[in-house]
Amino acid sequence: MELALQSLPALARASLVTVGLAAASMAAGLAIGLVTALIRIANIPVLSHLMRAYVSIIRGTPLLVQIYLVYYGPPQFGWSLEPVPSGILALSLNVGAYLSESFRGAIESVPKGQMEAAYTLGMTYWTAMRRIIVPQSFRTALPTIGNSYIGLLKDTSLVSVITVTELLRQSNVIIARTWQPLTIYLTAAALYWVMSTMFSYVQQRVERRVSRHV
Amino acid sequence: MSEPVVQVTSLRKRFGSHEVLKGVDLTVHQGEVVVIMGPSGSGKSTLLRCMTFLEVPDEGTVTIDGRTVTAGPLTKERMEKVRDIRRHTGFVFQSFNLFPHMTALENVMEGPVTVLRVPKAEARRRAEELLSKVGLTDHMHKHPSRLSGGQQQRVAIARALAMSPSVILFDEPTSALDPELVGEVLQVMRALAREGMTMVIVTHEMAFARDVADRVIMMDDGAIIETGSAEQIFTEPREERTRRFLSRMWRDGAP
Repeated sequence: MELALQSLPALARASLVTVGLAAASMAAGLAIGLVTALIRIANIPVLSHLMRAYVSIIRGTPLLVQIYLVYYGPPQFGWSLEPVPSGILALSLNVGAYLSESFRGAIESVPKGQMEAAYTLGMTYWTAMRRIIVPQSFRTALPTIGNSYIGLLKDTSLVSVITVTELLRQSNVIIARTWQPLTIYLTAAALYWVMSTMFSYVQQRVERRVSRHV
Repeated sequence: MSEPVVQVTSLRKRFGSHEVLKGVDLTVHQGEVVVIMGPSGSGKSTLLRCMTFLEVPDEGTVTIDGRTVTAGPLTKERMEKVRDIRRHTGFVFQSFNLFPHMTALENVMEGPVTVLRVPKAEARRRAEELLSKVGLTDHMHKHPSRLSGGQQQRVAIARALAMSPSVILFDEPTSALDPELVGEVLQVMRALAREGMTMVIVTHEMAFARDVADRVIMMDDGAIIETGSAEQIFTEPREERTRRFLSRMWRDGAP
């Protein structure tokens, strides 16, 4: 117990890194996901096929392999990225692919009459998307986005393998010094749980707020 | 006579092997109220939707307020013209299709602000005016989900009016409403007709048609079968098919 308390400040600091990684990857992932979904729905030639391949590759391969590839792959061509940016890039690409599927579903679930109403006002396809369809689809996609974020929060532990000192790697560092894996891993697990639960709470509040007008 | 506001010539539309419009001609003059009636599947909604290219007609031309678009695939150039027509044509849907993420006021402001680039303050003033005109001053800041069907349809009419259209097309505007809410929508439409708004209305409301229609058009099987005043069509229809349709309407409890 004492060790758990002693290691808490270091682990809490590392938790901030975890939250930061998740938040940054989520922000980029949302942008990637939305753009990918829009390209596929608008059926833009060539790009649409590329995006489909991207989603398929991400969904069909382990995140751990993707992280290794992004970090250790480029140096083979004399091109390299620091661990943190690599981690964020890999996580963003991963979550972006999954989010694009949620967005696609949400956009397609907006009733056809909404696009028609926008058209009758003289809007172009993309204006209608921006003003009418996408804002509505965000509401539909919100629960999935929230769940993806919680998933992402935990997936950040995988970037410990490319020497990003987030919560899990920090735990390993402490264990290497103290030889008390049970205590430290339990503390780390508790911290993950606290972060996820806190976010779940925020998510519920936001969803209730937003669903008032749907 | 003045230049017609709407001129539709030999409009044809097929869905697969089914020909829904078999060469329809329609001319509507400034200030005229035209009511289109006919059995379901007769092509009246499709005609309205083809006029704003919500359905793309296969043949024919549509001219609204001097802007002509010929039928055919939506190339970039044609799309440009279609949007021009849409900016000058109001459309009121059976299912309202208000934007659920916006308040009534924002719904009415959306077209002018986003499409016509009217300054926000000005669009807002005008939207407030229009909403008071349709009797919704007290509900301006509510979202559609908190309005009754009749209120939603009145917002939709205000939204159409906000674009200052040359003509408004109504596609069965009261068919989705509970019976007790039909009256308030028809009342708003009556007021518009009196003010001289040019309107084309697909409806089954016969009493209303008798009241406001300058002309009633009967459609069946993708074609116009009879045109006349409401009085003439309802009391002495020339066509057997009109007679059959009307007797069915009376039987089904029309006033």
